Amino acid sequence: MLKTFPKGGIHPPENKLTSFKEIKRMSLPKVVYVPISQHIGIPSEIVVAVKEKVQKGQVIAKSGGFVSSNIHSPVAGTVTKLDKIIDSSGYKKQCIVIRTDVKDASNLEEMEYPLKEEIMLTPKEILQRISDYGIVGLGGATFPSHVKLSVKEDKKMDCLVVNGVECEPYLTADHRLMLEKTKEIVVGIKILMYSLPVDKVIIGIENNKKNAIQAFLKATKSEKNIHVAALKVKYPQGSEKQLVKALLKREVPKNGLPLDVGVIVHNVGTIFAIYQAVQHNMPLTERVVTVTGKKLENPSNYWVKIGTPITDLINEVGGFPEGTRKLVNGGPMMGKAIKNTDVPITKGTSGILVISEDEASRGEQQNCIRCGECVYVCPMGLEPHLLMNLSEKGLYEKAFSEDILTCIECGSCSYICPSHRPLLDFIRFGKNIVKNLQNAKN
Amino acid sequence: MSNPPIIVSASPHIHSEKSLKKIMYDVVIALVPAFLVSMYVFGINAFVVTAVAVVSCLLFEYLIQKYLLKTNITITDGSALITGILLAFNLPSGLPIWMVVIGSLFAIGVVKMSFGGLGFNIFNPALAGRVFLLISFPVQMTMWPTAVENNATMIDAVSGATPLGIIKEGVMYGDTITSLSSKIPSTMDMLLGITGGSLGEMSALALLIGGAYLLYRRVISWHIPITMLVTIGIMTSIFWLINPEHYANPLIHLLSGGAILGAFFMATDLVTSPMTKKGMFVFAIGIGVITVVIRLFGAYPEGVSFAILIMNAFVPLINSYFKPRRFGAAIKSKIM
Repeated sequence: MLKTFPKGGIHPPENKLTSFKEIKRMSLPKVVYVPISQHIGIPSEIVVAVKEKVQKGQVIAKSGGFVSSNIHSPVAGTVTKLDKIIDSSGYKKQCIVIRTDVKDASNLEEMEYPLKEEIMLTPKEILQRISDYGIVGLGGATFPSHVKLSVKEDKKMDCLVVNGVECEPYLTADHRLMLEKTKEIVVGIKILMYSLPVDKVIIGIENNKKNAIQAFLKATKSEKNIHVAALKVKYPQGSEKQLVKALLKREVPKNGLPLDVGVIVHNVGTIFAIYQAVQHNMPLTERVVTVTGKKLENPSNYWVKIGTPITDLINEVGGFPEGTRKLVNGGPMMGKAIKNTDVPITKGTSGILVISEDEASRGEQQNCIRCGECVYVCPMGLEPHLLMNLSEKGLYEKAFSEDILTCIECGSCSYICPSHRPLLDFIRFGKNIVKNLQNAKN
Repeated sequence: MSNPPIIVSASPHIHSEKSLKKIMYDVVIALVPAFLVSMYVFGINAFVVTAVAVVSCLLFEYLIQKYLLKTNITITDGSALITGILLAFNLPSGLPIWMVVIGSLFAIGVVKMSFGGLGFNIFNPALAGRVFLLISFPVQMTMWPTAVENNATMIDAVSGATPLGIIKEGVMYGDTITSLSSKIPSTMDMLLGITGGSLGEMSALALLIGGAYLLYRRVISWHIPITMLVTIGIMTSIFWLINPEHYANPLIHLLSGGAILGAFFMATDLVTSPMTKKGMFVFAIGIGVITVVIRLFGAYPEGVSFAILIMNAFVPLINSYFKPRRFGAAIKSKIM
């Protein structure tokens, strides 16, 4: 029996068009737009000036506090502008614009290094390195990794969960990374085992990536403490709480973190970035991005420099196909629709999805027929129909007591609703207001 | 490169194949076998009653939406169609047409639209329509044309009684089940539909085929129908074991009086049934118990309609009491 979380979840068509496509390297972008808030927490502080020449990997924005992260220049070039541009959130954000110096040798240098297994740093140095080199969670949440790793003394921790679930349809960035960088990821896991008080590691991979499961079984054969677990394909298994429940049967308490049940969860991409930082002195300036869509000429996986505008990626796969109506930053379930193709790739971008006319618009909203499907699929045990109703009517106190804040915004309810009701839209709306009300109270 | 016109909306950006129309038309498909049986048994009358009920339900919904509420017309969503069919299924095939029209008006106008239309009604419209007619026209509503096997014309004006009616009346006048046995149709007859009764409740087998289709298509889950039938089965078994001469055996109870029709098509009505599995159990047990109590001790021989309507009233309460368990609630963090 494959493991999975017990309550709720859906199984949308997988559409993993690019799972057999090796990760290619994007051609060098002419200009990069690097936003200073690519992570959850305090935006970084810009430390470069216009017309300044920057080296590749040089810090261009410094961490603005504990829950923040350094940002490094992805290319060698010249800062041309410090401007506000629209990023994937749809808001204008402060951003550093750098013109690539195409003649600079470091820009042309191949960034692949041979596997290095020996760990030279002390645990403390490793943590410092992760913090200095701008590592954030690459699964999408972009939570600064050093914060997750700085475990307070009073918290017990015994297990590291490696998230290789990639439950979003279409996306294959983690899948390809797991296949192509298996050994590096295992070294990354060892680095974390060495610097954290964990004695057990579980790598959770959904069963639609059998070759990745095999690869890790092979790579960890001699490791007693590293286990590989095949998971039943079910969305949203990549969510930390659902993954911990599926793998360890431990339930993260309401409003709690995996750490409350002794677990720390890291995405495979993050672990690879940690490996690169610790073993090869490489700050986080590039990541794997899946550029995909049913009508695309050549959907592919790419190593993309942070700050590369999406236009460049679209051109790389053969331009917009006829009838493109939607552009999504991320997967189809949780990704953000974007309007502007100049939006740059950030640390949290795992994919760009191009949706054509026939799937772009929503169905017409009809009355709720109280079928209970949304209740059935909600992995958090909420009643989406009720929360939507409460948000619509402005009954925020009641929405709060119905646990609106525990919604993980996975979208399963909106996906399943036969009446095409915008459940998550209203829940999100209500959630924001409830959050603000709570903040105002405290 | 010119920018294509792009839509921006919040996630999720994909939707399942499920739709309101698909659900509704699946229910219609599931009702076809039972309808064919009633056509076979009652002939053209069954068709006329059903057609009148369907047309008047659609028409009343259209008129109310267009002229009273002035909202979008949604008669194509299939819900009024189902109400019409189910209402007809709960009527004797010989009922005067004008009564069918009044029943439809009550079902759509009062029970459905006055509460706000699809999804807002508290009671099952078809059942409420039937009960309204039963109370208003008790004589006509209990005149059951008897089915005559292999009668080519299939129109039979002789009014007979339903199996449960025969038993109720017989026992009241001092008969025993054994002395009534010649009047009660055999189990096989009830399974196939050769018995007296409402238009759609004739053949338990045809209804079970429809029910199985709904289960297969996941329009309904097994929780309500099975729990309800099991409850009826257990309760009637107990009474039958206590006094088999006074109480009919559970098979008669399960196969007659619309128990199957009620269990698979009426109690499972999405709008008027609870949303959680726990709630569904409570709801279905309640229906089962009330049905048996009415059948055995009440004035009416049949109680499924009343039982479902009574439990419909409890659904909001059940929904607010039996909530899904919140993830991470009341769990002490434990470390292995």
